Amino acid sequence: MNRPRLVDGARLQYDDVREEHLLLIPEGAVRLNATAAQVLELCDGERSLEEIAAALSQRYAGADVADDVREMLGGMGERGLVVDAAA
Amino acid sequence: MPPPRPYTLVAELSYQCPLHCPYCSNPVDIAGDRYRAELETEHWTRVFREARALGVVQLALTGGEPMLRRDLDELVAAGRAGGLYSTLVTAGTLLTRERAERLKEAGLDHVQVSIQSPDPEENDRIAGIRSFEKKIAAARAARELGFPLTINCVLHRQNLDQIEEILLLTEELGAQRLELANTQYYGWAVLNQQALIPTRAQLERGEEAVQRFRARVGPRITVLWVLPDYYEDLPKPCMGGWGRSTIVVAPNGEALPCQAAATIPGVEFPNVRDHSLNWIWNASDAFTRFRGTDWMQEPCRSCPLGRQEEDWGGCRCQALRLTGDAAATDPVCKFSSHHDTVVGAREAAQTDELTYRTMRRQAGV
Ligand code: SF4
Ligand code: SF4
Repeated sequence: MNRPRLVDGARLQYDDVREEHLLLIPEGAVRLNATAAQVLELCDGERSLEEIAAALSQRYAGADVADDVREMLGGMGERGLVVDAAA
Repeated sequence: MPPPRPYTLVAELSYQCPLHCPYCSNPVDIAGDRYRAELETEHWTRVFREARALGVVQLALTGGEPMLRRDLDELVAAGRAGGLYSTLVTAGTLLTRERAERLKEAGLDHVQVSIQSPDPEENDRIAGIRSFEKKIAAARAARELGFPLTINCVLHRQNLDQIEEILLLTEELGAQRLELANTQYYGWAVLNQQALIPTRAQLERGEEAVQRFRARVGPRITVLWVLPDYYEDLPKPCMGGWGRSTIVVAPNGEALPCQAAATIPGVEFPNVRDHSLNWIWNASDAFTRFRGTDWMQEPCRSCPLGRQEEDWGGCRCQALRLTGDAAATDPVCKFSSHHDTVVGAREAAQTDELTYRTMRRQAGV
């Protein structure tokens, strides 16, 4: 996945009733932890995977998060929630 | 234990519909006095706000045909403003490009278009009206505007042999999801059960076609395939359990835990005109009566598989229809003493004659 973006119609929303991040999709909702929500916010179809990892790393005091980001977006891609804007 | 939080509000905006599907799950008395007065715009917008406050995130705008509500754009905007993800569940005949554009501007998230068959003539025969071309045009307009699209096709004996074509049409239309829901026997479908109930061979071929398609297409298109209850030995958790995830509000304002629940006698369904959704969900008899497991009878009470919190005893409406008692175990369950009624229906005499849904008053219904 080069330049990930959310699939058409998926929408990030903070659920202030349940106090958690959700990815809203047609007829469903995927519960997200705060980090996953941050990653998905960066998936705008412009940034590359490396750029997303770098931006996130900055927020976590330079920690190497590249593998985690790749794994998470890979999983989201397998479920059809994230697609490659470059494809 | 506090009750679970609901995820979905099914807003049945109007039971009016230009189509006449013989499997329609709307009540057979849609033309009667009970459904004459539809909710006003203000009722719905309040219900949307109250639903969000309870935890609802998904809003299904359905019917009948929701496109017949004159205030639809306004309702869509209210749902969006209230933080709900909205789906328009439509037969498609009224969803022109121009209407779709307005709904997009109002903040609609997702469009679901039903087809009755992938074959134009068959589609129109089952729908009881010429409609296929308009449906296809509606689906294309939705995609052109960037809406995620779901195609919905209710399956039964008259169209199950065309699954292959349904799958190809879905792909060609650029849909993200396909709902292949086998007919549920509520409302008008009960009158047509003998023409609708499929054979096991049809179901097996259908399932194989779905599996091949999934393997080829991958996550690009999600295909929901639900085996009909009548061919199962253990029930499904109807609506994810009574009063656990969904609130249905009928066009007249009655709130129900399930679209088919209106038929259950002795339950008074609270009206959103008179009560807050919060009270309805947390305290009303209608929503608490079959919530959880305390109401269960045998064999559920001492279920040999310990499935009480997995299937919640199955469907209350089916239990009522097949045993006469809404609190009985769903007869789809092999442990039910009424399971033979389900097995019997599989082999029941079959016919191809359809009784069409109509808003005209009928003798005897
Ligand atoms: S099932 Fe058919 S008749 Fe019933 S509401 Fe849907 S489109 Fe209309
Ligand atoms: S006995 Fe009741 S709980 Fe157990 S499988 Fe059957 S329906 Fe489910």
